[in-house]
Amino acid sequence: MGQLLKPIADTSIFDLRLSRRGFRLNKMCASLCTPENREAFKRDEQGYMTRFALSAEEQALIRKRDFQGLIDAGMNIYFMIKIGSVTGNGLYKMGAQMRGESYEEFLATRNIRGAT
Amino acid sequence: MGRVVGGIGLSHVPSIGPVVDRGRTQEPAWKPLFDAYVPVREWLAELKPDVAIVVYNDHGADFAFDKYPTFALGVAERYAIGDEGYGTRPLPEVAGDVELSTHLAEALIYEHEFDLTLCQELAVEHGFLVPMNLCFPHGANGWPVRAIPLEVNVVQHPLPTARRCYRLGQALRAAIESYPGNSRVVVLGTGGMSHQLQGKRFGFMNEKFDQWFLDQLERDPEALAELSHQKIMEQAGAEAVELIMWLTMRGAVSPRARRVHRNYYAPMTTGMGLISFEG
Repeated sequence: MGQLLKPIADTSIFDLRLSRRGFRLNKMCASLCTPENREAFKRDEQGYMTRFALSAEEQALIRKRDFQGLIDAGMNIYFMIKIGSVTGNGLYKMGAQMRGESYEEFLATRNIRGAT
Repeated sequence: MGRVVGGIGLSHVPSIGPVVDRGRTQEPAWKPLFDAYVPVREWLAELKPDVAIVVYNDHGADFAFDKYPTFALGVAERYAIGDEGYGTRPLPEVAGDVELSTHLAEALIYEHEFDLTLCQELAVEHGFLVPMNLCFPHGANGWPVRAIPLEVNVVQHPLPTARRCYRLGQALRAAIESYPGNSRVVVLGTGGMSHQLQGKRFGFMNEKFDQWFLDQLERDPEALAELSHQKIMEQAGAEAVELIMWLTMRGAVSPRARRVHRNYYAPMTTGMGLISFEG
């Protein structure tokens, strides 16, 4: 068993345990891959979350747009991008928040900030 | 018989898609990336491949964690353009090659004992489409090559090891060579290079690691295949583990294949690498 994973600082490793924890969250995100469902989410976010049986804690993380909290709760980053899409938060905005920076501060750390 | 005429390792960063769709490829921030593909496209036009096998990972467009295959092969006549949460790109659907897919499934499962999941319906997304965009200009009605998706779990650990991905590439080469039809095949290994998209380390890149990976991929892929997921994630970011799919491409070309192109550009959050091999 040479591949068992050790924690890495400031990094989430999406393994089966985390995936189990975030199963409902990721299932909801996956449903956002149709225009109709994205509209339904935007129209009634609370109702949409209830449909997917999210816990009160999970719902609060989405309401707060707490992206690091969602990652810690087992939402996979590629599935979180779909929540970003329906809430007006692109990847770099979510990333800046996870780094504890403003969007402008984050862009200033990039090599070629026009490549967006 | 079938023949592997070339292999390409390349990144599949999603932001490249809209840049292609909106005609922004010559903007200063993007030109260095697209310029690197001008000679690649010329080379491909000379190689005249019939089929591209694209080793990629889905990002929640058509695979979700209720059932998540380790390796999945497309065996369909055509592949729809997927919606991964922000709309369907205006691209023609991708023609597959059912005969070759069927042969690959039989050869890989019976002869080489890679127990693939077989997909008769599969919508493809940026992991597959961005590399296709970079290598093959599409027209209104289609693409210049048929294509076969080979999907790898690089998202939900436990992932296949780098060595297993390399061995899959070697098996793929043997399977292509035992195909009775006359097919010229290129294999695209996609993803990476260094990047991390979550946590405080969001935006982490490591050009030194990426250049070392490109060196090793050319010179000593057997040694590179011993890389652990842990080391890739520590050195190059958690999402850089996609790089194991480049080893499938490397296994599918000859150990003595000639390296033809190489490029590296890291503008925002991902080291966008390119390397090609002939023979």
